[in-house]
Amino acid sequence: MIRVVLPQHLRTLARVSGEVMIEVHGQATQRSVLDALENSYPMLRGTIRDHVTHERRPFLRFFVCAEDWSHEAPDAPLPKEVTSGAEPFLIIGAIAGG
Amino acid sequence: MSKVRVLVGTRKGAFILSSDGKREKWDVSGPHFAGWEIYHMKGSPANPDRLYASQTSGWFGQIIQRSDDGGKTWHQPGSATNEPPAPGGRPVGMSNMFVYDASEQSGKPLTTHQWYDGTQHPWEFKRVWHLEPSLTEPDTVYAGIEDAALFRSTDGGQTWKELPGLRGSDTGPRWQPGAGGMCLHTILLDPKDPRRMFIAISAAGAFRTDDAGKTWKPINRGLRSEHIPDPTAEVGHCVHRIAQHRSRPNTLFMQKHWDVMRTDDAGDNWREISGDLPTDFGFVIDVHAHEPETVYVVPIKSDSEHFPLEGKLRVYRSRTGGNEWEPLSKGLPQSDCYVNVLRDAMAVDSLDSCGVYFGTTGGQVYASANAGNNWAPIVRDLPAVLSVEVQTLP
Repeated sequence: MIRVVLPQHLRTLARVSGEVMIEVHGQATQRSVLDALENSYPMLRGTIRDHVTHERRPFLRFFVCAEDWSHEAPDAPLPKEVTSGAEPFLIIGAIAGG
Repeated sequence: MSKVRVLVGTRKGAFILSSDGKREKWDVSGPHFAGWEIYHMKGSPANPDRLYASQTSGWFGQIIQRSDDGGKTWHQPGSATNEPPAPGGRPVGMSNMFVYDASEQSGKPLTTHQWYDGTQHPWEFKRVWHLEPSLTEPDTVYAGIEDAALFRSTDGGQTWKELPGLRGSDTGPRWQPGAGGMCLHTILLDPKDPRRMFIAISAAGAFRTDDAGKTWKPINRGLRSEHIPDPTAEVGHCVHRIAQHRSRPNTLFMQKHWDVMRTDDAGDNWREISGDLPTDFGFVIDVHAHEPETVYVVPIKSDSEHFPLEGKLRVYRSRTGGNEWEPLSKGLPQSDCYVNVLRDAMAVDSLDSCGVYFGTTGGQVYASANAGNNWAPIVRDLPAVLSVEVQTLP
């Protein structure tokens, strides 16, 4: 199981508290994690990635093992610390708004 | 005894204000969707417990919310938790999916409109400004969006489809954004003719369909806008709001960027009715529920000074269908008031003594239970108010 940390507003939409546990079949990548997340929580579709292009929304970032993975290829394998559940996949809302 | 429910959208959430027919004591519910911009909420005339809300965020985009119990609980239509996608079946998680129709079947698929520098620019979905439920079908609702287009859902907001004939009209490539964006902010459904609708776009103008949205024509003859190269152009006018009385759907009242206007032939010809208003800039306009010649506006000083003249918040009322206006100020602040009243932030109820309501960017929602003669704040300290709608309940 992969641990996913959502921003507060997306936790509210998904009606969850704390981390979300996601099961990914096959290679764990940004794309497969987000696909699995949206399958389990369809109300999140379009809030993290564009509905059509599947591009990351501009004010969201993906952090993995203390590194910014936002610009990594969506199909790049995630580190084993994430696939093992030792580290979470973090979805972060940018600090903006003054 | 009848009741009223006031639906208030703000910069940081939604609020529902409820009262009995006296409209003296109010119950305040909210914030719903705290932290999100709620551009608009509106109830279905066919089922008053069915409410729709447009929830938006610069971070997370567009969300459509629906309530089936008058705002007590809300959900995103078609997005039940752990509901598996059903191939060929009902889609899930698509209630916030607004995709412009670019198909050949739409007749004239458009991909660009005019940009600030005169070049053509791709249409880009930004948010839903206005939700207009059908007068007869609770599951049918229209959405006016930015960049300007009209969408419709016939499944209670689960899925949306563009009515492409509007953008596909010959004028589409000439539309351009106003300062607030290129938004479709007004949708009026003709209560006597289900095939007729009116919409308005900033900064393109007003449009009408007579065939249920298949084809549209601009209805801007008589408008004069000095801020565009041809002041009487077919399109390019910054319409702020249009209002209609149900008994006379061919008579429309318009608050334009500057000028208050009127048509009596469904938009084929407009004439100015600003008359003796102290300034004819403003955003809101509405019509008394029982007197189709009684009209309300809130004059704003100018297009750069978005606040009332002399710091005095005054609603102006015409009982003659325009031209002759009287200030209504009892109960409204008459000094040091520098708020704005945005285009979707005025509404009326349909009780015997017509109630009038408006919200300000300072977070006040004012109500008058006697057609504007006296005013009192329902709430004083909400986030900036974006929209106000009223339901009159049995």
